[in-house]
Amino acid sequence: MIDKQVESPSTAVADISDGSTVMVGGFGEAGSPIELLHALIDKGAMNLTVINNNTGSGHVGLAALIENKQVSKMICSFPRTANSTVFPDLYRAGLIELELVPQGTLAERIRAGGSGIPAFYTATTVGTPLAEGKEIRTFDGRDYVMEYSLKADFALLKSYQADSYGNLTFNKTARNFAPIMAMAATTTIVQTQRLVKAGDINPEVVITPGIFVDRIVEVKNPAQESKLVAAAVSYPS
Amino acid sequence: MNEKLMGWNREQMAQRAAVDIPDGAYVNLGIGIPEKVARYVPEGREVIYHTENGLLGMGISPEPGQEDPELINAGKKPITAIPGAAYFHHADSFAMIRGHHIDICVLGAMQVAQNGDLANWSTGAADAIPAVGGAMDLVAGVKTIYVITQHNTRDGSPKLLKKCSFPLTGQAVVSRIYTDLAVINITPQGFEVIELAPGLDFDTVQQRTDAILVNNLNKES
Repeated sequence: MIDKQVESPSTAVADISDGSTVMVGGFGEAGSPIELLHALIDKGAMNLTVINNNTGSGHVGLAALIENKQVSKMICSFPRTANSTVFPDLYRAGLIELELVPQGTLAERIRAGGSGIPAFYTATTVGTPLAEGKEIRTFDGRDYVMEYSLKADFALLKSYQADSYGNLTFNKTARNFAPIMAMAATTTIVQTQRLVKAGDINPEVVITPGIFVDRIVEVKNPAQESKLVAAAVSYPS
Repeated sequence: MNEKLMGWNREQMAQRAAVDIPDGAYVNLGIGIPEKVARYVPEGREVIYHTENGLLGMGISPEPGQEDPELINAGKKPITAIPGAAYFHHADSFAMIRGHHIDICVLGAMQVAQNGDLANWSTGAADAIPAVGGAMDLVAGVKTIYVITQHNTRDGSPKLLKKCSFPLTGQAVVSRIYTDLAVINITPQGFEVIELAPGLDFDTVQQRTDAILVNNLNKES
């Protein structure tokens, strides 16, 4: 019998070990799996490579994971945030590595990673510093840069609804990277606001099919990152 | 460089660009003055706004108290969705951009070169935290790239140049530039002035530009 539910965020992340590569869903605070990130801080895995569009805000969630020195490398498109100096301070001090990837290339590298495609060509970055050292090929008279796919050991994601098979739906622009990260990680861990039984989600509205999901933990009332930041909350407090 | 020039203000620049957004267009607007373009699209035109974090059919800002932290734009500001909107994941969103499905993108600029090269993501300064977002994808994939920018920097330096000195966002990607002084097309001959802001003359705009301008004020654009 298939039941992907686990009892708590800490159980869900218990096997994330030092040196793991972890994809973290979310664009800004929308879709950020804040309870899973806090469980990963409690777990204390070090020397992580984290893939996310940004680097978190304030001193909670992803920013707190970085501030806790658990991340040795970030792969992202936009590491600056108006309300966080956590990443910039560590970066300027030479304490964290950055691989800067254009947002569409980041999405496509993840999609490719989940689809068995080792590399692909894109026009994005041609003639810019981000294409330096990369293979260029010409198709129909236009230059394209080769980019490698991205995979991860784990993905930490947030969904609106999940069933026991791992079928997922999302809420508005909180979907962002989650469906493609679910495909690209060896172990995909999802916190969901509503856990229902298999059959309770109309198959026509499933966004991420359960085959891409390994663990589900219900977090009925997830913390809202911007509210925590406004209240000057730090994790761990 | 201290005298106050006549010219368009930020709202008027956005308003002028909005005139060139046709009915039925799928449009992506950058952060800053470009965002304002949506307010000025002439009545009777239906335009669908794309935000690269996963929404086609972006609406106006929500009423205070109605903000939803899971409904935001690429600048991470609260937005609304229009009736008929669609949500999608990031790979689909950037397929719309990189697969040439979005018709027009309006962006800000640090520098534009006379061949249409754009620099708008980094000054290349050693202590800067590099951040690129979706800018390189937009300029590489959207069919038409418009730029809205002040003609000069705050210290009076030209932003329209023979060659960009900052790291590029994309090569030969810009079609048209709306500045506070003029509307300028990128052509095989370089910068071509097609319209001046009220009170400006061609020579003044030329003095403020670090490249030879072609005067095309008497022809239809």
